Amino acid sequence: MRNRGKYLLRTLALGYLAAVLLVPVGAVVWRAFGDGAGAVWQAITAPDAVHAFWLSLLIAAIAVPLNTLFGVICAVVLVRHRFPGRRFLDAVIDLPFAISPVVIGLALILVYGQAGWLGSWLAERGIQVIFSLPGMVMATVFVSLPYVVREVVPVLREVGTDQEEAAWTLGAGSLKAFLLVTLPSIRWGVAYGVVLTTARALGEFGAVTIVSGRLAGQTETLTLYVENRFEAFDLTGAYAASLTLAALALLVLLAMTRLQRKEGH
Amino acid sequence: MSIIVKRATRRFGDFTALDEVSVEIPSGSLTALLGPSGSGKSTLLRVVAGLERPDAGTVEIDGRDATTLPPQRRGVGFVFQHYAAFKHMTVRENVAFGLKVRRRPKAEVRRRVDELLELVQLPGLADRYPSQLSGGQRQRMALARALAVEPSVLLLDEPFGALDARVRKELRAWLRRLHDDVHVTTVFVTHDQEEAMEVADRIVVMNHGRVEQVGGPRDLYEHPSNAFVMGFVGPVTRMGDSFIRPHDVELRLEPNGTTSEAMIERLVHLGFEVRVDLVLQDGQRLLAQVSREDAEQLELHQGQIIFARPSRVRVFSN
Repeated sequence: MRNRGKYLLRTLALGYLAAVLLVPVGAVVWRAFGDGAGAVWQAITAPDAVHAFWLSLLIAAIAVPLNTLFGVICAVVLVRHRFPGRRFLDAVIDLPFAISPVVIGLALILVYGQAGWLGSWLAERGIQVIFSLPGMVMATVFVSLPYVVREVVPVLREVGTDQEEAAWTLGAGSLKAFLLVTLPSIRWGVAYGVVLTTARALGEFGAVTIVSGRLAGQTETLTLYVENRFEAFDLTGAYAASLTLAALALLVLLAMTRLQRKEGH
Repeated sequence: MSIIVKRATRRFGDFTALDEVSVEIPSGSLTALLGPSGSGKSTLLRVVAGLERPDAGTVEIDGRDATTLPPQRRGVGFVFQHYAAFKHMTVRENVAFGLKVRRRPKAEVRRRVDELLELVQLPGLADRYPSQLSGGQRQRMALARALAVEPSVLLLDEPFGALDARVRKELRAWLRRLHDDVHVTTVFVTHDQEEAMEVADRIVVMNHGRVEQVGGPRDLYEHPSNAFVMGFVGPVTRMGDSFIRPHDVELRLEPNGTTSEAMIERLVHLGFEVRVDLVLQDGQRLLAQVSREDAEQLELHQGQIIFARPSRVRVFSN
């Protein structure tokens, strides 16, 4: 009786995962190779696909360090400081979880677009935000903002202030104490946050699709490229690009499980 | 290196942790800050260390005004109740931390750390991580770490509070000996009067953010300046306005005119001594303490009617 319940639970969990995740992802792999490996290789190495691949990585390479740095700073402020408006800040950080990315994209256009409040001012100085890299980075930073903060806050709270205070009394300045003592104790929280941020940044579609203008070979990220190919009935191209996205995601997942294993021991 | 705190006040919201506290700690002494929880003793220690800023008042260390100095520049060593070990560093790296921050040459750091590990009886454990040490070992490591930078004062916040009773007793005696060897001005916080009496040569008794009395262990026990101190540094029975120590109660088998009749409610054998819980005729309880011989001679037993007389009582004006 007991055993049956156990197996039922497992079947349920695995069945759900299979139906929702594994089968569709597997289908993408299978479908991509429908016209043979040569066709896949051709699709992956098409100039626009390669450009999209690097653009996605470039955006992640800018957004992730930014969100890591500010994420850790925000976490420290939230945990260690008491000031009016702290609860408000705490709530605001979760905003990107709550708001649809499309709305975020529209909001960025409102502020930085040609007719936007800041956009016109910037345009006069030759800086174009919307339909170019800065806007796409901003959109990605916005949607992937909470992950590092949310991972670091509980760890930081658990670590407490004793170690840092001990470092002070031993002569270390605030920055040194933070780098030598606090940062190493929260490093797995930070690393986990970085992994999640990276995954989110690479997969971003909604906000970027609005602010990028989707110019093939210029402002087209990998996710946008997939949709572009799909709409152009180039299914092999769409599935091949999906494959690279999936591969990137897999790498990030691997990094995450490695971190979890280290953390556990 | 003396410490002089003048009229230090510290509030946390509505709670006044320190209420114009003034205290002087002479150079080379081993002083206990004794009091119940919430008495302000830890806050006072943290104010001396610079980990807490007083709202008002001044702190002087070694004749120098330290009130606005950050903890890094006060020359204090601080030991925390829960060790505050740097978990990702080995014992050696923990102890070396202060020296490394000061950029001392490597050979000197190595020599000094070895010396200190010897002093705190942890040689051979240099390459362990704190998680591989017992509580007592961790606390000794924390002490070595604090002593490494040759602080002018050593401050310990309930240093033995998280240890089990046996290790606590061991470390108390060891801290006393260490102080006799190293002679650094030392202040430790405790809520345990026995610990304060056993280790310290001066005790500052605190309550409700104020200093109640300062003195030597014997002095406080024999001449408490008020009812709080009397009750805090040892067991006491209150009868009306009088305070009586258990060993100041005389027991007799026959009344003699000055005695009161009492019933023995409970006898507790504590090795050499016997504690006698008495109930007087009016229901008032009285605690007595007699030697084992006296107890045997009087054939004390539970339920027995006996005659008690306080041989010494204290009355406080307030």
